[in-house]
Amino acid sequence: MKLTDISNDITEWFSGSGPLADIVISSRVRLARNLAGYKFLSRCSAAEKSEILKKLKDVLMSLDLGDKVFYISVDKAPVLDKHFLVERHLISRHLAFGKGPRGAVIAQGESFTAMINEEDHLRIQVLKSGMRLSHCAEQINRIDDMIEEKVAYAFSSRYGYLTACPTNLGTGIRVSVMLHLPALKITGQIEKFLNASRDMSLAVRGLFGEGTEAAGDFYQLSNQVTLGISEKDIIALFENKIVPEIVEYENAARNQLLSKESDVLDDKISRAMALLKNAHLISSQEALFLLSHLRLGINMHECLGASTPAIENLCALIRHSNDADKTQGLSITTINRLFMLTLPAHLQLNYGKPLDPTHRDALRAKIIRSALSG
Amino acid sequence: MQCEICQKNDATIHLTEITEGTRIETHLCEHCAQEQGIVIKSQIPLNELLGSLLASQSSDDELFGSPEKDLSCPQCGFTLEQYRREGVLGCPYDYEVFEKALAPLIKKAHDSKTTHCGKVPSKIPKDEKKQIELLNLRQQLEAAVQSEDYETAAKLRDKINQLEQ
Repeated sequence: MKLTDISNDITEWFSGSGPLADIVISSRVRLARNLAGYKFLSRCSAAEKSEILKKLKDVLMSLDLGDKVFYISVDKAPVLDKHFLVERHLISRHLAFGKGPRGAVIAQGESFTAMINEEDHLRIQVLKSGMRLSHCAEQINRIDDMIEEKVAYAFSSRYGYLTACPTNLGTGIRVSVMLHLPALKITGQIEKFLNASRDMSLAVRGLFGEGTEAAGDFYQLSNQVTLGISEKDIIALFENKIVPEIVEYENAARNQLLSKESDVLDDKISRAMALLKNAHLISSQEALFLLSHLRLGINMHECLGASTPAIENLCALIRHSNDADKTQGLSITTINRLFMLTLPAHLQLNYGKPLDPTHRDALRAKIIRSALSG
Repeated sequence: MQCEICQKNDATIHLTEITEGTRIETHLCEHCAQEQGIVIKSQIPLNELLGSLLASQSSDDELFGSPEKDLSCPQCGFTLEQYRREGVLGCPYDYEVFEKALAPLIKKAHDSKTTHCGKVPSKIPKDEKKQIELLNLRQQLEAAVQSEDYETAAKLRDKINQLEQ
């Protein structure tokens, strides 16, 4: 299994399917676990780390995880491959660029990933498109149970699952949603959202995780408290309260744009169209922001029935390109695909070799121009 | 020094991440750093800076005010000084050894909650005792291997395998 087998496809969690996928791009549930009777990774020798890696790899590869299960030896993988996996949210930067024996198991069409020897011995996650936290939780729980039949986890009755960092104690669960909030950004309400999240002890991060800004108007929202609350309660909190409220705010902001600021909306969309259709060099940051506005336009048409002049133009392009070639239509899936395939490592892996920044920017612009020309 | 990603431009941005005592150094040019979404904060607002300084000081007080500040974990040799530097612990037993020092930090991190009430693994301790013994045996094994006492090491390995049955 080579990464180029999957590098041209949109990954499941960005496919645009799933409930509320216009605003909730994806849902993720991750569990942190350590093997009993071993030290945490910071105190393990290289030999111990190798032992842990082998043990967990063997267990994971022996489970019934469906078809298309593959293992990546992260410490031996080429740099470009690692960047690719990080871009696709399959492994963290910490695992990609850490030290020592470490690996990842990927399965179920990239919905399931297990990271071995990241910060804890084992971090497993299920990642799906749209708002599907319960489904992710069910899946990850099932897999956690399967693993636990074969190994013993470090656990204490007081502090729950024991993790290297006390911030992950207890359930060891990290529940996150990736949100697309362009209207809140355009109407200047993003700060309110960020402050409200902090008040609720939620962490807000950009598309690429900790320390990154909100490129393309994407925001990752996750729980910070993992101890003293059950997994079910955290999921319920997200599903019943947090996410519906944010979706409502974003929709209200979109409606506000439509009814009171449609010129602002149209301007953003038409500028994005113009640049994306004509520019010869586009950086990935710029591409993310411009594509974000197109995405907003298409979603507003499909979900709110919006039809401003710029949105009409956008839809005409969709109809035109759909007529011309059924496989090439301009739709949410195409836009999502462009988001992913124009990221730097994706670009180079699909091109077949590394490229310097200017050539990347030119290739990116070319791919986008051709996708939008219909 | 060349940028790690494009291998063409000079690396002008040098990121050092220190987690659990491991240094991860990445060297990038401005363009590639931007593509990775890495933000260079050139100006941290003063109140944020003060805030983070105060926060680290208060946890220092909690860590080093406790009676456990001079202890080192019998299983892995970890000390509170190392925790302060690295932000991660050495082994599961540290939660017991440094209980008093860690309790207020855990409380603060988890909204004043201090006890687990979620999922419980199907195989629980009495294993707790077994876990500690395994930690102990592995520590001894490492010491034996390092001092090239392979006979003892073999015996320890057998014990470990037996316990794990």
